[in-house]
Amino acid sequence: MVTTSIYLIPLLPLMAFAVNILFGKKVGKQASAISIASSLLSCLCALPLIVAVAGGRRFSGEWLWLNLGIDQLKFGYLIDPLAATLLFVVTIVGTLIQIYSTGYMHGDPRYSRFFAYVSLFMSAMLTLVIANNLVLFFIAWEIMGLCSYLLIGFWFEKDSAANAGLKAFLTTRIGDVCFLIGIFSLFAAIGTLEFAKFEGALKGNSHVLIPVAALLFLCGTIGKSAQFPLHVWLPDAMEGPTPVSALIHAATMVAAGVYLIARTYPVFIASPAIMPVVAIIGTITAFMAAFIALTATDIKRVLAYSTISQLGYMVTALGLGGFTAGTFHLMTHAYFKALLFLGAGSVIHGTGTQDIRNLGGIFGKMKSTAITFLIASLAIAGVPPLSGFWSKDEVLSSAFHSGNMLIYAILLLTAFMTSFYMFRLVFLTFFGKARDHQIHAHESPNSMTVPLWILAVGAALLGLPASPWLHNWFQTFLTAGHAGGEHEINRMVMASSIGVALGGILLAAVMYLWVPALAGIAGKLFRPLYWLSIHKFWIDEIYDVCLIRPFLQIGKILYKFDERAVDGCVNGTGWITLLGGKMHNWCDHYIVDGLVNFVGALTQFLSRVTRRLQTGLIQNYLLIIFLGVLILIYFEMRS
Amino acid sequence: MMIPLEHYLIFAATLFAIGIYGALIRRNIIGILISIELMLNAVNVNLVAFSRSTSLAPETGQVFAIFVIAVAAASVAVGLAIVIALYRVRKSVYTEDIHLLKW
Amino acid sequence: MELLNLAGIAGVYTLMLVILIAAVAMVTLRSLFHSALALAAVLIGIAGIYLTLQADFLAMIQILIYVGAVMTLIIFAVMLTEHLSHQTVRQNNRQSPLAIAGICAFLFCLTGVIVRTPWPLQPQNQTATITAMELGKAFMGQYVFAFELISVFLIAALIGAIVIARKDK
Repeated sequence: MVTTSIYLIPLLPLMAFAVNILFGKKVGKQASAISIASSLLSCLCALPLIVAVAGGRRFSGEWLWLNLGIDQLKFGYLIDPLAATLLFVVTIVGTLIQIYSTGYMHGDPRYSRFFAYVSLFMSAMLTLVIANNLVLFFIAWEIMGLCSYLLIGFWFEKDSAANAGLKAFLTTRIGDVCFLIGIFSLFAAIGTLEFAKFEGALKGNSHVLIPVAALLFLCGTIGKSAQFPLHVWLPDAMEGPTPVSALIHAATMVAAGVYLIARTYPVFIASPAIMPVVAIIGTITAFMAAFIALTATDIKRVLAYSTISQLGYMVTALGLGGFTAGTFHLMTHAYFKALLFLGAGSVIHGTGTQDIRNLGGIFGKMKSTAITFLIASLAIAGVPPLSGFWSKDEVLSSAFHSGNMLIYAILLLTAFMTSFYMFRLVFLTFFGKARDHQIHAHESPNSMTVPLWILAVGAALLGLPASPWLHNWFQTFLTAGHAGGEHEINRMVMASSIGVALGGILLAAVMYLWVPALAGIAGKLFRPLYWLSIHKFWIDEIYDVCLIRPFLQIGKILYKFDERAVDGCVNGTGWITLLGGKMHNWCDHYIVDGLVNFVGALTQFLSRVTRRLQTGLIQNYLLIIFLGVLILIYFEMRS
Repeated sequence: MMIPLEHYLIFAATLFAIGIYGALIRRNIIGILISIELMLNAVNVNLVAFSRSTSLAPETGQVFAIFVIAVAAASVAVGLAIVIALYRVRKSVYTEDIHLLKW
Repeated sequence: MELLNLAGIAGVYTLMLVILIAAVAMVTLRSLFHSALALAAVLIGIAGIYLTLQADFLAMIQILIYVGAVMTLIIFAVMLTEHLSHQTVRQNNRQSPLAIAGICAFLFCLTGVIVRTPWPLQPQNQTATITAMELGKAFMGQYVFAFELISVFLIAALIGAIVIARKDK
């Protein structure tokens, strides 16, 4: 029973998608119910699985799709601890976000289509999670990219939303192409694409393509998980509805990149040269994103950069060998980031604005939102005993234990900045005096606040299974069979992480709650840094000049070529045909008609000549008769 | 001594030719008529000469010639009547004025 | 006798020549009246030729009818239709060169035929004289049908001429 239900996990949302997209008009308001029901059922199917895996069982199954000669392509699933973790995250968070969406998207004209896309996304994500080979993984990866595009540009009447969808799709596409080439090179290197067979195939294999494959997988992650340098799409992706931001761009899809590295970890372990690259990219991303978030003024932008930064943490952890750290942070991040986004959505729904400079003092009016938002902020800042503290501490300690002090220092600094900008956001939004008196905040409906509370519970408590208080149960669960990253508790690391967390909160309180003028002074004092931050390191502009404009130029040149050469050929053919026609016409006009006219003229001429015979004078006729008789006589005489 | 037949025949042929010449040449209709008379007379001479020389019954030619004379007289009479009628209408007896058959 | 024969033959040839000259004059004279007179001369000459051919009755008939009646008719018509101011208009039309060439060829051919043909001559007819009685016998005997027909023909011509020439009312 348990095994058959595994197929249902991705299948139910797919059916919900089909129903919603095909019968959207008829279904109307019930679309949300269908989607939520499918998601809930998937969740219910998944939970026994998770429990079973926790109990030590593994599930795998497959059936044949293509026979390639060397290897065979199969549809199949592999439920091991890693997959079970992700299932736990995706099903629960996904369901809660869909429940939230019923309230948020209430009254939208394309209600059923939204839920259709979300169901498709859920189906793809779940397929990705339980896939047992890279091909199926890649298929699901691509479908998720499509859903992301569709959902970011959901309100496509807004130019900015449509453009953002396109930007997201194109940017992640770069990563996806690298990923695909990586799959090819891995196949060429080890001849198999199934996750379960990686360790065996890689043992002792020193094929040159293995590090290449690892690097290309990293590129795929850079695209999908918005790492530097392909992070530019995520902030713009905030144009989509907030539940979309929460589900796709915080909790699940961006986590897929990290999941990719986790799934193909044996390949990375077998490429020791690539691991530092992973870590460096992750660190750069984490720091840069946090730096930009310091000066962002749109709630969702702050959270977007925060997501990029936390993803950088995860990638760094994986790059430093901290498999469990990265995965753990993935799990906790999903919950508190989803909560943060949903809370932001609730604020937007309640106040009608996204600019934190116009908000303030709405704590009293939106109690549920505010409290849950606060819990999530504490979690992301890393305040114990919330979940974020445990996972961030894991990451920091794996950085510390890897011996790379620079990375550790940067990560610590980033943690400080994280805490600072999160609480800057909190204080500016919820506390202090209201800056814009035209905003009348009101609490969101229950359909939106109940998921917030459930997620808050998760954000608060989810760290405990991995904490020392529960004997690091999570780490052992995860690494059964893997070379893991279990570390001893380093008190210094822990203390420093708590310290920076609290320090960040304090500084934010000082600058934004108690002495508001300080923010302006700090901005003027650190003018160059301020400029760097507010302009997002000018990365978008650099891309525009270096990449986008050249490509557009090439496009224009090719268009001109098409116009002149290709169309020229076509037009030339037409012109030649026309010329042929003209020649025909001339021929017809002068030669053929000339002949006809000539015949006519000849007839006229001859008739004019012979008309002279008819003189009307009888004597002429007589003469002719006489001459004729003479001729007859002559002939008679001859014969 | 008799005149040989050929001479008479040649003489008649000459007369006939002159008559044809006149019929083809004359501008006046009456001129044409009298040329036709000449032609008929030449024929008569021919007939009589032949009947005298070569036929078994010598009066045949003369009988024929009398008939020809009768016909010629009748033709002249009718022809002149036509000329009179034409003169009344056209006020002219010249052939080039009568070209109704002209195209 | 020889001399008389000779003179007679010469006279016949002279007569032929005169007739020919008169005929030529007839077709070339400008005045129509003069042409008619020349025709009369020709007709009389032809009567003379009949005499030499021992066709006496025919010669008389010729003079009676042709010179007597037909010429009168022609003179009348000439008088009626011609202005007596004797306009000296050109008598020939433009066909004369071609016509002359034509009749020369015609004559040439005919002369050739006449000379070459072996005429079956019956010498006994040379001296016979045909009298009116024999002609009468022939008319009433062998040629009676044609005789009757010609009388009808003459009636028709008479009536026809009157009808054509009378004035329309």
